[in-house]
Amino acid sequence: MLWIHSDSFHRLSLLLLFSFIHLCFQLESILLEMQDPKIGVKGTEQKLNISTIPHVIAGNDIIAWISNKMKTSTEEAQAFGTMLVAYGYIYPLQNHKKLVMCNDSSLYRFQTPYFWPTQKWVPDDSDYGIFTLLLHAVCLCFIQAHYNHLHEWLNHKWDFIVMQATEQYKAGKERKKPDRVVFDCQERAYWMVNRPPVSLSNSNMFYQQAIMRSKVKSSVSLGALVKYITTYKNHDPFLASCLPSNPWQTDHDAYWTLNMRRVEVPTKMRVERWSFSLFELLSDLRGRDDFKIFLKKEFSGENLAFWEAAEELKWGTASSMSTKAETIFKTFLAPGAPRWINIDGRTMGLTVKGLEHPHRYVLEAAQTHVFMLMKKDTFFRYLKSPTYKDIQKKALNPEQHNFSPANLEQNALNRSPGIHPIILWQQEEEEKAKVAAASAPVDVKAMMSKIDRKK
Amino acid sequence: MCDQTFMAATFGPCDSCSKPSPLMNIYIKNEATNYCSLCVEMMACQGLQKGETLESLKRESETLKKKLEEERNKLNDVELHQVAEKVEVLSALSIKTRRVLKGHGNKVLCMDWCKDKRRMVSSSQDGKVIVWDAFTLNKEHGVPLPCTWVLACAYAPLRSLCLIMNGYLGLDNKCSVIPLSLDKNENLAAKKKSVAMHTNYVSGCSFTNSDMQLLTSSGDGTCALWDVESGQLLQSFHGHTADVLSLDLAPSETGNTFVSGGCDMKANVWDMRSGQNIQSFESHESDINCVKYYPSGDAFASASDDATCRFYDLRADREVAVYQKDSIIFGASTCDFSLSGRLLFAGYNDYTINVWDVLKGTRATILFGHENRVSRVRVSPDGTALGSASWDSTLRVSWSFSTGSNYIFRFIKLLFWVNSRLVLEFTVAF
Repeated sequence: MLWIHSDSFHRLSLLLLFSFIHLCFQLESILLEMQDPKIGVKGTEQKLNISTIPHVIAGNDIIAWISNKMKTSTEEAQAFGTMLVAYGYIYPLQNHKKLVMCNDSSLYRFQTPYFWPTQKWVPDDSDYGIFTLLLHAVCLCFIQAHYNHLHEWLNHKWDFIVMQATEQYKAGKERKKPDRVVFDCQERAYWMVNRPPVSLSNSNMFYQQAIMRSKVKSSVSLGALVKYITTYKNHDPFLASCLPSNPWQTDHDAYWTLNMRRVEVPTKMRVERWSFSLFELLSDLRGRDDFKIFLKKEFSGENLAFWEAAEELKWGTASSMSTKAETIFKTFLAPGAPRWINIDGRTMGLTVKGLEHPHRYVLEAAQTHVFMLMKKDTFFRYLKSPTYKDIQKKALNPEQHNFSPANLEQNALNRSPGIHPIILWQQEEEEKAKVAAASAPVDVKAMMSKIDRKK
Repeated sequence: MCDQTFMAATFGPCDSCSKPSPLMNIYIKNEATNYCSLCVEMMACQGLQKGETLESLKRESETLKKKLEEERNKLNDVELHQVAEKVEVLSALSIKTRRVLKGHGNKVLCMDWCKDKRRMVSSSQDGKVIVWDAFTLNKEHGVPLPCTWVLACAYAPLRSLCLIMNGYLGLDNKCSVIPLSLDKNENLAAKKKSVAMHTNYVSGCSFTNSDMQLLTSSGDGTCALWDVESGQLLQSFHGHTADVLSLDLAPSETGNTFVSGGCDMKANVWDMRSGQNIQSFESHESDINCVKYYPSGDAFASASDDATCRFYDLRADREVAVYQKDSIIFGASTCDFSLSGRLLFAGYNDYTINVWDVLKGTRATILFGHENRVSRVRVSPDGTALGSASWDSTLRVSWSFSTGSNYIFRFIKLLFWVNSRLVLEFTVAF
């Protein structure tokens, strides 16, 4: 959370560090050699205007060293040297706008390992500030993409990085103007080189995945969409009339009262809707209750109970996750558990292993398996069962309201406020608590101590 | 309703770092692998590999794009209007706007229905958020807020409200959740709890299946999933290259995906678990203002500034319909489906709401009444009414005037009467 709010200084630095480290694997060993006082490139102190810059190296010296070390021609060595400059390992002191390695006496210097360009964000350096602001605005969208992962990846090094950053910042304040100008060019060169490949390879990966993803023939998928519309046609209040009447039209809320959550007898339309799909049946809590009655008769209620518990884990608060995961394991997955669910060995193995470090999606595989089982088998048996047929017979078919204009006026004056949703929610919570208490395993010790105390 | 044919490993050990976490299914050199999102990012950041240059990557990108188009076209064996020919024509719709909710002092920017099918929350530019019982026209709660732009509001499944407030110039990007209670005089503004934070304005929010998690979309080009209680960021979604203006959660049994639309003219479908961008559709010609899932979860519609609404089929992976008319030149800012999915209600900047026949592609009817831009249309949870919010500071509720059996009864009565009159005439004549 905090990192999303810290300023771009941290963000930019992190990204550069990150990318830099990758490149490091290739060039680091070479650079270390180059900087070695004995076998590396010879450095001197150079006077530049009035300031003295220590440890400068000449371009031709560098190229000579590279061609000698790598046994390459001068041109190749120069190309390699240019790459070192372009990637920011070495920066030129004169001609700082041109990031190439020149085979002459032009001067260069080795870059410090951590490159913090946002030292420009010092209030008194307003001219630099504007320049970097523009740059950062462009780079920001790119940075954001990696920000969270960077934080995670570098988390353990965080304090170290911050410490380094503050030190660099302080050192940077004392830096001379030529160095600062050089940093500007480095920054620009860095973005020029490093940005395009990353976004391209990312989108290439996306295209590849898109090509490989299984698609369905248009006739099949469009046919399914049409089938959905045809199935629900009579249930759409904009296309067919509501029974007994649309509350908005007649100002009478019978339609809502008849379709409430805990109604004793549901309406025919509602029962018909349960037969459309398992998802409909489970989404309507009244339907879910009916399904539970059926499952109880079949002694196979553990699948639905597991599914409900998994849903609660997925959509619950982050803090409650580990306790919920533990309860679920004890109740459904442990060998010999009271409500052991029957899933294949591989899924069980994956789930149990995942539960060691609970994550909200740890039960995904098991939940999908259980849902598919219910959808393909239990659901159809439910529709053919006496439980369902019974509720179908009992279901209400309310008469269409036939209000005269006078009646309608009366209705408009007496619009019922209905039951407040919060009261309904409180009722639901009470019911859930009752059910949970009823099904919890009896704690024998507590019972005994209670009896003892009563005595 | 339709069989879920895509089953892939979604949680387990990552093929690269072996940590158990939500997985992304990707292809590396044509081989399917499952990486966690961190490893995917690290892989993507590797820079140029051996033998790769900027040019080669660009060429690869072009060939892949072409191949994707080819694959899509291979399965394109029929068009929506052809399939729709077998479907009966819609009977004449009679939709009337009969309820007007007045109470805001300035443009109403957003509204949302409560699960009880009659209450709604609305937010406006005057900094007020009002909870109405739209059936009785009572105002139940009024929350005055310190800043002026309350860009969006959402009702949670159980009892909370989510409000998105952006300070002047979008510098104060707060998303707060307020738990509602029965006490009408309670100071709700004091109970608000700050949840999401983005680096730019927050454009839309939506609760997931519970009051505990919140999805937000932002002008910084990302979407994010938050845990309400702790304010922790659970997952972030990157892929849009411009502001994300709207999002919608899939109403499917798996409930794991959502779609987002933005100013980069793209509509992206995301997996909430791994943060992966599963599908992307780029056919609009301007900013996408609103995206909404089809009730079955296998398709979605989008409304855009290019004055069209488009319909995308997720399983066929392409756009299947465009809803446009020469007479409509103003951008569409919002859209929503009716319960069966046959009708698409779209609110436009020319103060009207066009109702489209989703299958046939024609306009079924047009609703007038608002006196300024329509900022939001939402069908009530049981499909009985359509709520619309507008810059004219009112909210309106519209519904279909049914041709119920009372009319048929009256018609039969009339027939009898005519018949009896005719019989009388004839007997008189003879």
